[in-house]
Amino acid sequence: MKSLGEMLLRKEPFSEIVMGDTAIVRAMIEAGVRVATSYPGSPTPEIAEAIASVPFDQRPFYFEFSTNEKVALEVAFGASINGHLSCPFFKSVGLNVAADSFVQLSMMDLLGGMVIVLGDDPGANSSQNEQDNRHLARLAYVPIFEPATPKEAYEMFLEAADLAKKHHMPIIVRLTTHVCHAKEKVGFGHWEPRPLDKTSRFDPKTGCYIPLTAATVYPMKRRALQNIDAVKKYAEDSPFNTTVDNSNKERGIITIGLPFLSLMDTLQFADSKPDVLKLGMVYPLPEKTIVDFMASHEEVKILEELDNFIELEIKSLAFDHGLKTKILGKKDAEDWIGEYVPEKVYQVMKKTWNDLLPETDFSPKGVLPSPRPPQLCPGCGHRSAFYAVKRALKGTDITVADIGCHTLGYLEPHEMGQVLLCMGHSTGTGSGLSLFNDERKVVAFIGDSTLFHAGLPGIINAVFNRHNLTLVIMENGTTAMTGHQDHPGSGKNFNGPTDAISIKKMLEGLGVNSVRVVDAYSQEKLTEAIKEAVSEEGFSVVIATHPCMLKFTREQRRKGKGVERQVSVDKEKCEHIYECLKVFACPTFQLMDDGSVITSKELCIGDGSCIQTCPVRAIGYQDK
Amino acid sequence: MKLDIFVIGVGGQGIGLLSETIIRAADHAGLTVKGVDTHGLAQRGGMVTSHIRIGEDAFSPLIMPGLADMVLALEIHEALRGLNTYLRDKGTLVYYSVSLQTLNVRLGKEKSVTIDDISRECKMRSVKEYAVSREVPDPRMQNIAILGTLARERLIDSVEPRHYEMALEDLLSGKVLELNLNLFHSILAD
Ligand SMILES: Cc1ncc(C[n+]2csc(CCOP(=O)(O)OP(=O)(O)O)c2C)c(N)n1
Ligand code: SF4
Ligand code: SF4
Repeated sequence: MKSLGEMLLRKEPFSEIVMGDTAIVRAMIEAGVRVATSYPGSPTPEIAEAIASVPFDQRPFYFEFSTNEKVALEVAFGASINGHLSCPFFKSVGLNVAADSFVQLSMMDLLGGMVIVLGDDPGANSSQNEQDNRHLARLAYVPIFEPATPKEAYEMFLEAADLAKKHHMPIIVRLTTHVCHAKEKVGFGHWEPRPLDKTSRFDPKTGCYIPLTAATVYPMKRRALQNIDAVKKYAEDSPFNTTVDNSNKERGIITIGLPFLSLMDTLQFADSKPDVLKLGMVYPLPEKTIVDFMASHEEVKILEELDNFIELEIKSLAFDHGLKTKILGKKDAEDWIGEYVPEKVYQVMKKTWNDLLPETDFSPKGVLPSPRPPQLCPGCGHRSAFYAVKRALKGTDITVADIGCHTLGYLEPHEMGQVLLCMGHSTGTGSGLSLFNDERKVVAFIGDSTLFHAGLPGIINAVFNRHNLTLVIMENGTTAMTGHQDHPGSGKNFNGPTDAISIKKMLEGLGVNSVRVVDAYSQEKLTEAIKEAVSEEGFSVVIATHPCMLKFTREQRRKGKGVERQVSVDKEKCEHIYECLKVFACPTFQLMDDGSVITSKELCIGDGSCIQTCPVRAIGYQDK
Repeated sequence: MKLDIFVIGVGGQGIGLLSETIIRAADHAGLTVKGVDTHGLAQRGGMVTSHIRIGEDAFSPLIMPGLADMVLALEIHEALRGLNTYLRDKGTLVYYSVSLQTLNVRLGKEKSVTIDDISRECKMRSVKEYAVSREVPDPRMQNIAILGTLARERLIDSVEPRHYEMALEDLLSGKVLELNLNLFHSILAD
């Protein structure tokens, strides 16, 4: 087996098939990053997986999963003002959490520089929205590189690191889902390990680090704007601005990132191809390059994913330069929505110039089976918990979802969780719902990683303001949905053992008077606990605890222990009540044409949490 | 050479290993290749897909719907989905015929997809069909049944069995590698 860790530490140049996220880690190493931080979130957890492949004692930089993105950014900031190149990375919506600190960065003298790797998610492949973070970056005066491929992700990171070190500033490398996860062969450069320099460089006199009143804020802001000007000069000469010259005087297209690749695939269907200008940076823009390109074409289409960010800038450039070029931007709401995958770009370009492309139909050719959305794993403790909680509530009661695997409880047949904003919102939202709502009980859910990430202020508020609701903490010991990263309750961090924070003690310390802990597999007890909790006045918490069974079965398998037994349905006893299939809904149960129920040997992990749900006791173990 | 392969299955079936093996095998055979997994979330059981694009002219790692030359499916419902969303007419479908019912089938709202449904659809669209039902020692090795079929039938030009073996050796080690290679070899001999 090829060892990823060994490869990432090679001194000599090499090329290898890697995904974008892995290419970023080699770039971090070559660029001399000393401190990297993160909070898990798709599409970036694979960056941490690649870091984990390098043994701790050989890792050329410190890495931690922090409790949330804001803390991750702050740790990276602290390291940078002490002279170390740092690299926080997280998903799109992570920037919202980090925003309060993020907007200050460009005003600070970041001695060591900072490259922020942002995993945006056009298409909402695994996020609760598809926000366009280019707006936030511009608001904070932070330049943005936008790679289209793993190769560019690697190369642009190196450029960004150079600029960040040179100007003591933060720079964003904005990846999107299918840049992070795309795989291709990338040629990597030479790595010269440098000994770690522990000289303490933080000096409050180097920069001004205290923004307070105009007297300090103005000069600090001036510094940020001067840096943007310096990067603008770089952007103009950047090797990442490329043109595809089809000698077309009439039509040109300006584009960036992944949409460029979709465009190149689309243009293979066009007889008369427009010229293309692909940019490497979206903020600040290379003005002269753009103006020259526009001036040499009669019509220019701006092809960009999500919002009309560069379109507006380019239109104002055209105005300032008195250009007559016709600029074709976004046409309708659909152009603002969704990832610019090849078929989407095909349609957008067809809408722009109808004669450019032949008519094509991308719709399905025949009947399709119904969709197969993600669902809770076989044996998941969350399923058992939802089953038990549902029994304790009336159909009219209100349930508030939060983010994590347990969000899937909103799906049929559990339908637990009716409203969702973002990580950690549930207690706050539930508190608001409980006001003037005497008839309907309010039950909110939250996962344990999310509890530490953003859940505490809502809980403290519920105690402080005496809100009347029940919070169910779905404790499984891990950050499951993003790939099982440890969190402050796990007893381990990325680098080794640490003290686990006890959720129960923490809640008691916060003054939560009513806390019950029940194993999620003990359905009767859990139902009872919820009934009691919702009947109390005020704020109550029930901790429904059970280890993540996917993580558990994987660990067992690594130890050489496979699934030892599975359940089956006794045909004699089964009365076709279908509680297992239609109410408990472990995906293991399969409905046969003759109405009988069987269990799938592919799926059953043999935990037995289903056995208690069958009213006629038809489910039982079958020895393997 | 140009070949676009769309891979589809259910989370947990080992689609990631299948597609990375093919990508690496193509590379070992000297072809230009890229691809992408549509990484689902951690949970098992949702639909997962992977795109593989062989050839110099492929820019995006993603294939356009209806234009894949080949669809590999690890499950029968997903085989029908892959066939009707991504495969072009006269393309090739290779699928493992295990059935993992969708929620609607389990709730009794919809009928299961059968081998006959797939065959009928393939005939209508002149698709070459390989239904694989070979027993494997462990359900998690159903992906190797597909890989073995690809190799035995030489479905990717210029990618030979040894290239798949080299790819498996890149990705696996020890007992797991041994088990997978053994199965691969026995399928080649089928
Ligand atoms: C601000 C923000 N950061 C990261 C994510 C990505 N994310 C989705 S679910 C989740 C955590 C889930 O862990 P936990 O709360 O323990 O629930 P579990 O999945 O284990 O049930 C994360 C980090 C996000 N949606 N928002
Ligand atoms: S990954 Fe763990 S927590 Fe998530 S659905 Fe699967 S078993 Fe449940
Ligand atoms: S024992 Fe099998 S069927 Fe029952 S809940 Fe667990 S995985 Fe599902």
